[in-house]
Amino acid sequence: MTTNEVLIKVDNLTMDFDGMRVLKGISTEIKKGEVLAIIGASGSGKSTFLRTLNLLEEPSGGHIYFEGTDITDKSIDINLHRQKMGTVFQQFNLFPHMTILQNMTLGPIKLLKKSKEEAEKEALELLNRVGLKDRAMAYPNQLSGGQKQRVAIVRALAMHPDVMLFDEPTSALDPEMVGEVLDVMKELAKEGMTMVVVTHEMGFAREVASRVMFISEGIIAEEGEPQEFFSHPKNQRLKEFLSKVL
Amino acid sequence: MALWFENLKSQFILNFIEGDKWKWLVDGLIVTLQIAFFAVIIGTIIGVLVAVIRSSYDMNHKKLHGPIRPILSILNFISKIYLTVIRGTPVVVQLMIMYYIIFASSTNAVGIATMAFGINSGAYLGEIFRSGIMSIEKGQFEAGRSLGFSYIQTMWYIIIPQALKNVLPSLCNEFIALLKETSVAGYVTITDLTRAGDLIRGRTFSAFMPIFAVALIYLVLVMILTSLVGKLERKLRTSDH
Repeated sequence: MTTNEVLIKVDNLTMDFDGMRVLKGISTEIKKGEVLAIIGASGSGKSTFLRTLNLLEEPSGGHIYFEGTDITDKSIDINLHRQKMGTVFQQFNLFPHMTILQNMTLGPIKLLKKSKEEAEKEALELLNRVGLKDRAMAYPNQLSGGQKQRVAIVRALAMHPDVMLFDEPTSALDPEMVGEVLDVMKELAKEGMTMVVVTHEMGFAREVASRVMFISEGIIAEEGEPQEFFSHPKNQRLKEFLSKVL
Repeated sequence: MALWFENLKSQFILNFIEGDKWKWLVDGLIVTLQIAFFAVIIGTIIGVLVAVIRSSYDMNHKKLHGPIRPILSILNFISKIYLTVIRGTPVVVQLMIMYYIIFASSTNAVGIATMAFGINSGAYLGEIFRSGIMSIEKGQFEAGRSLGFSYIQTMWYIIIPQALKNVLPSLCNEFIALLKETSVAGYVTITDLTRAGDLIRGRTFSAFMPIFAVALIYLVLVMILTSLVGKLERKLRTSDH
């Protein structure tokens, strides 16, 4: 599915937190249709890296080009670009005061200026795809963790993003619910969605990703196609990491 | 016993029926409700503004760049002065300053009092709203921003509705306090409910009936308000199952 069209270009990205350098110069290109899995120990900087991609964390240095625009440039309207980057969080972050349907239509109605009917029709179709159409009128607190995360994914999809960013989407789930969320993500990958996934699910990375990236101490320590990456890791830290998690 | 009842009855007639003095209380009640109602609206608008400024400053000012940073700092500073002055002086004094000094040339006492009580209440409401905004987890802001909403849109559609729900009990307290505080409006020539009762007392030279009537009316108003807020709370709880 990977094309040659570069969707996101990251150029020498750095990030400092309270004098600590968390990202020490990351450069990479994410191509349209690519599924990039990012793995690494906790505190390695992998989540920070993902969160800088839509500027939820503002990088200290370097540039991020999204669809050709330097989004680290202060004069651009980041809100417009964020509409094209769906984000799924570890803690789901559904809006608890709204029904599932309202969660999904708020963005399309207010930002994409769709009519309520159109937005709701589309939302119900998306919910149907993830098997949750009958929960449209429920509130988030009435759903299981796996259901919440599936809603979070389709809520992001309702904005018709060009890329989906996943920040450890299954880490807060009970084990029996991980599968249902990964299945939705696999479907998405099959349809050609560009995805960047920070994950601890090595099975998912191996099976679905087109590229796997290992971040350690704020740099890309190793990256490659999953087959080669997992069977012949070269970096010493990656070897140690894989021996612990596999 | 019969004599006591007889006495009570004649007192009642003297204080409320003769010369239709009950109408004074009704007129006073209308003034009280008018002042309280519009003061709540003014207070809420000021309160939300102050709360958004103060919480935005507390949560974000270190991350901001460009001209917005000094602007927010100045707004935050003004808000803090406002809170200090308003909370540091009695509402009667604020009312007199507004009526006798700032708007000395105006004769619209009710309008001035409404503004004074609104400005006063805004300070307390501001701090209540701020605590509500600060109680919402960071993930809600991030979810709003990541969909492409601006900071203000995220506040309006996502944060403030949740914050309001969380602070509803304190909000109810503040509304009750405001309603009762308007009883000092008589200081600036306004015939509100309290002043109306006092006028009857001055006319009839009997304190018991008019003053207890006034007290009873406030009590009933507060009970109605409390039950309305209770109903609203139960309604908003539907999303909590």
